[in-house]
Amino acid sequence: MSAGGTPGTLAVALLIARKDLAIEYRTRSAFFASLVFSLLGVSIFFMVWDPSAVRPIDIAPGVLWTIFAFAGMLGLHRAFGLELQTRAMDGLLLAPVSREAIFLGKALANLVYVTAVLAITIPAVVLFYNLEFGSGLLILGAIGLLAAIGLVTVGTLFSSMTVHTRFAELLLPMLALPFFIPVVVPAAQASAKLLVGADLATVMPWIQVLVAFDLMFGVACVLAFPFTIED
Amino acid sequence: MSDTLARPLPSAGAGRPSRAPVAVFDWLLALAVVALVAVTARAIWFTPPEAMQGEAQKIFYIHVPAAVMGLYVACPLVAIGGAMYLWLRDDRLDRLAESSAEIALVFLTIVLVTGPMWAKPIWGAWWTWDARLTSTLFLWFILLGYTVLRGAIEDRQQRARYSAVLGILAAMLVPFIHLSVRLFRTMHPQPIVLAPEKPKLSAEMGMTLSLAFLAFALLLVALLRARLKYAALRDRVEALEMGEA
Repeated sequence: MSAGGTPGTLAVALLIARKDLAIEYRTRSAFFASLVFSLLGVSIFFMVWDPSAVRPIDIAPGVLWTIFAFAGMLGLHRAFGLELQTRAMDGLLLAPVSREAIFLGKALANLVYVTAVLAITIPAVVLFYNLEFGSGLLILGAIGLLAAIGLVTVGTLFSSMTVHTRFAELLLPMLALPFFIPVVVPAAQASAKLLVGADLATVMPWIQVLVAFDLMFGVACVLAFPFTIED
Repeated sequence: MSDTLARPLPSAGAGRPSRAPVAVFDWLLALAVVALVAVTARAIWFTPPEAMQGEAQKIFYIHVPAAVMGLYVACPLVAIGGAMYLWLRDDRLDRLAESSAEIALVFLTIVLVTGPMWAKPIWGAWWTWDARLTSTLFLWFILLGYTVLRGAIEDRQQRARYSAVLGILAAMLVPFIHLSVRLFRTMHPQPIVLAPEKPKLSAEMGMTLSLAFLAFALLLVALLRARLKYAALRDRVEALEMGEA
């Protein structure tokens, strides 16, 4: 399966990620769709919120990570949807590169994309809800990155599976959302703690759950990916 | 009785001589249903109500065996069947995973319906977001996704591979959901409506529960056997159609 010799897995992965991001940069379709979705999401949550009953710091973490899960997913279908056009996937599979490299490349491009969405959603939520993260913002960034890694590894794998099915756009959220629970729950809980001024030690159990999820599902998805594109 | 109920399957092509008759009536399944009815009757009329919980406690005779069989027998079979399929590429293993998933879905549906029925009078709420309930609910969602995924793929091998991957990942996910929800709950003190201690079962109740376990185990085996038979026949018909086309 592995090409051996020729460019290393990571180099190939970076090349594939660059190709995907170049396409995304030129079309900007998925990114803008997700961006508009996340800003609209923040506004809608804001409209249904009763400020006299629930404090902003109680609702904001939930809003942030709910939007993150949904907005991130909007773009995931694109990863392999792109390759369906003019049978580009066949070309990719015929190339003398390992399947693992293809997966890593796709996941990397998705990671950049999801992180970009998050990088705009976090300030939007902070702004709308008038939040004060203080020094916790750095930890929040790290949690965001860990959550994004978890989301894209599982999401990329399911994207490669569902893209060949009849109801791709419906199936992807159906399969992927339950897998986002162990990502969204720790992220939301940790940010809630950070908002009330907790230190790193307090949020450590949540970070550990995220790291464990990323490691286990990262390995599992890389190993499982070749089975999803076998002919 | 078997003569009247056993009838040949309708043959695929009109006017063709039918092949050897295949028994539709399943003795084991009938036995399992009888056992289930018997154990329910025993639970309702011949087992004394529990002192603290009253009649509501009797739901346990359905709820607990269904949960144990669904969560600890049928669900692992989905992942094991899938993993073994990826290794050995034997269609029978895929059929095992597929059949177990449907049975697990049925059993977990029973669990998720009977659970709130018991919880409302006892806890005062239909649902609590406790770790066990939440992981069961999400497992149910995943099993639903699994069956939808299977329905959305035409190619048999591709379907088997995809569902095997999903089955394995789902098995890995359950401990994570359990852990994240448990952490989530233990870190936030919850108002305790009622702390139900393990009910001390009397000999009669213990007997009913044991019989209920037996009935549900029988039901699981019978359903699995029937579903596997159906899947094998369906695949054979498909293969014949492909061959004839």
